Parts: sequence; C-alpha cells; structure tokens
Amino acid sequence: MKIALTSLFVDDQRAALAFYTDVLGFTKGHDIPLGEDFWLTVRSPESPDSPEILLEPSSHPAVKPYRDALIEDGIPLAQFAVEDLQSEYDRLTAKGVVFTQAPTDIGTAMMAVFDDTCGNLIQLVEMKQV
Amino acid sequence: MADVFHALDDETRRIILDELSARDGQTLFEICSVLAMRHQRGLTRQAISQHLAVLESAHLVVTERRGRSKFHYFNPGPLAEITGRWPTEKRTE
Repeated sequence: MKIALTSLFVDDQRAALAFYTDVLGFTKGHDIPLGEDFWLTVRSPESPDSPEILLEPSSHPAVKPYRDALIEDGIPLAQFAVEDLQSEYDRLTAKGVVFTQAPTDIGTAMMAVFDDTCGNLIQLVEMKQV
Repeated sequence: MADVFHALDDETRRIILDELSARDGQTLFEICSVLAMRHQRGLTRQAISQHLAVLESAHLVVTERRGRSKFHYFNPGPLAEITGRWPTEKRTE
C-alpha cells in the first residue's frame, strides 16, 4: 500500500491552484470537472514520486468549525519540507505570504508556519544535518 | 499580586515566559512545539493551555487575535509591581 494522495480543504479552488502553483511553486496534477467543482491536485516538481495534494472544496459544513478551531491555535494542516527555510521565508514574505510563526529553531529542525490564503495553516520544516 | 506569585511558582510557566520574552507573539502551536522540542517538556496541548490560562489570569500573558489566529504576549507589568513594592536596590534614606 502506498500513500498516493492527501487532501486540504480550500475555500476557492481556482485561487488555491494559483497560490499552490504561482506562489509555492508546485505543478498542477489533475484538473477534472466534477459537477460544480473539480478533482484538482498539485504535486511538487522536486519530488515527483511523493503524494499529490488534493485541493478539495471546503463547502461541507463540518469544515469551518474544524479549521477555525485549529487556526485559532496556530495548528498547521500540512507540512512541507524545504532545503533552506530562511530563504523560503524571505522568498514567500516578499510575495506577501503571511507567517503566523517565523522560522523557529526547535533543536533537530527549523520550522515556520504560514497562511495559505485558502483557509489553512501550512508548516515548513528544514531538518538539520546530523 | 498573589496570582502573580502562584503563576510564577511553576517551572513550565517560567519557561513559557522565557520563550515569550525572547520572542513575543506566539500561537499555542508554537509554544507547544518549543516546549516539547527545545525543552523536552512533553506536555499535552490541554496542559499547556491550562498553564497559559494561569499566566493570563495573573496578567503575565495577554492574547491578541491577528487574522484568524490567537497570539500570546508576555506582559511584564505585574513584575514591575513587585519591584515597585520591594525595590531591587535598597532605599537610602
């Protein structure tokens, strides 16, 4: 069994696609019309074999209270790995991305958390060399 | 003032204040991560929330919403009351 796909709820699928591709630098995987919505995925060009992310509509009534509670406490819903956190932080803040947590040294890693503008907090992690 | 002494009478709460005074404005998630990873204090999120509530009720920590997240700030005001009452330098009169 392999992990093929994991999902994030997004408020607006087109805006989410723009953020995840133009700002973060992922590439579009599938974009298949499905009623009013789309089966929409993105993947990382740096790791073509890793799971795709499904950018799923957030219209289900359970999504809002679930995400509101997590965002209030600053809890991220996905984690992406980067080589150099400080340069990613600088690159993304220059593009207007808002971080709820600037790069933080937690011993074995550096981490930061940003708002993906689609309703989620996302964690970036740079593992330290051992 | 009794609340302040009670709030300070706990090592985890003192570490939280250390971390907030080093970097002000942290979410619960950041405080939990730093306590667990940097200080090896593997407390539950609920336990840390309770510690923050004690610090808040003593006004040593204040919270502010920015966007949709809640951030915690160190408020040194109550500590000034202590040194105001018992100055760190002896009065010369």
